[in-house]
Amino acid sequence: MANVPKDLKYTREHEWAKQEGDRVRVGITAYAQEQLGDVVFVELPKVGARVTATKNFGVVESVKAVSDLFAPISGEVAEVNGELGQKPEIVNQDPYGKGWMLVVKPSSKGEWDQLLTAQQYEELIAQGGH
Amino acid sequence: MTTALKRTPLYHEHVAAGARMVPFGGWEMPVQYTGIIEEHRATRGAVGLFDVSHMGEFEVEGPGALAALQHLTTNDVAALEVGQIQYSVLCYPNGTIVDDLTVYRMSDERYMLTVNAGNIDKDWAHVTKSTEHFKDAQWRNSSEGTGLIAVQGPNAEALVGRLADRDVTAIGYYRFARGTVGEVPTLISRTGYTGEDGFELYAPADGTAQLWKALLGAGRADGATPVGLGARDTLRLEMKYALYGNDIDDTTNALEAGLGWVVKPAKAEFIGREALEKVRAEGLRRRLVGIEMVDKAVARHGYPIKKDGRAVGIVTSGSYGPSVDKYIGIAYVETALAAVGTALEVEIRGQDKAAQIVRTPFHASKVKKPG
Repeated sequence: MANVPKDLKYTREHEWAKQEGDRVRVGITAYAQEQLGDVVFVELPKVGARVTATKNFGVVESVKAVSDLFAPISGEVAEVNGELGQKPEIVNQDPYGKGWMLVVKPSSKGEWDQLLTAQQYEELIAQGGH
Repeated sequence: MTTALKRTPLYHEHVAAGARMVPFGGWEMPVQYTGIIEEHRATRGAVGLFDVSHMGEFEVEGPGALAALQHLTTNDVAALEVGQIQYSVLCYPNGTIVDDLTVYRMSDERYMLTVNAGNIDKDWAHVTKSTEHFKDAQWRNSSEGTGLIAVQGPNAEALVGRLADRDVTAIGYYRFARGTVGEVPTLISRTGYTGEDGFELYAPADGTAQLWKALLGAGRADGATPVGLGARDTLRLEMKYALYGNDIDDTTNALEAGLGWVVKPAKAEFIGREALEKVRAEGLRRRLVGIEMVDKAVARHGYPIKKDGRAVGIVTSGSYGPSVDKYIGIAYVETALAAVGTALEVEIRGQDKAAQIVRTPFHASKVKKPG
């Protein structure tokens, strides 16, 4: 079973979200990177762009496939992980750490509670992830 | 996933090894064991073992076998010696492609054809129906009873040589010999789909697992690694080897696909000859070329190719090439724009990304040339 840290929240599309003061860090889960296989390309928005909860904010490509990334919460992009441009494989190696993708300044507080808890996400992937 | 997927004789070996199994052409096949890039590098650097038992094998025998094959395939089967193999194409009357295949001359009047897994039923119907009027040619579909393991990479010769009851160094490229490997009766074919030296080992279905275990066991010192379909695809992409269903199909003709080297109109009549002669006389409208991304982006099958905003072609295969460390692809492009060095754009999610046509293969071939 893939690692699902207890202190994070999750989307049904396999992104994680981490509260850091008034900002939220976003990436994809260990389960997601396992399913994707070797990540070879990550396309992310620019700092200052707006992302919307449940909407596409970028793309991650493995050798075999293209997958959309979905924002856990709405807000303005405060930071982007530029290292993924040169070393997309970090997403496989450290999905909850160095493989992070965005830091977002949330525009609404209510959305956080809509996200899955670690336990709910574990149940989702136990059912095959759909 | 449907329950009707077929399984190769190595299915249980793959599951036990922790492979990720996926549906492919009606078969349940390993896409990867540890990781596509790692398996790709293991093949280029040491030796990879591939289960390709899903491929189909047909045999045709009799005084009319040669004439039947000359009628069916584009290459000149009369040029084949016993023990030699030929790459070839099955065409429809309009010159588009039923399948690509290899033809083995087993004896004076007996041949074996190896065809793509997803095309077995279609090809069987095509070859038997198209040669009904050749009375002295008996067809047999031996796909179910035949397993096939590809052993590819710089250490392939040493590994197969150690397990074989004969000298495999004497088997030239696109030649085969019979022998035993790991005590399993095997047709040892010096062919492959990776651009590396190596063999494809045909064995009885009930001996294929024994052969696989023998190769894995004896291959530890050689760095032998099981390799899934994911790396098989990146390895063939780096060589610009066409994949049926991606780069070639019943909408592409054999000449624009770059397979003119196996189209031999001078040999005799064959299905598609007239249409292909017409294409040759009129000139190709488009050509299959190798592209490399200039902008950072991944080209994929079906993405439009443009030149200054105008649609001029389509990507048929694309991914990251681990050995060239670039995003590469194969594409049909209008003939006037098909020269090496031509700057193009690939439309990716609504944005035009810079690419250029490059020389192929993308990665230098290491296959053993006829000596």
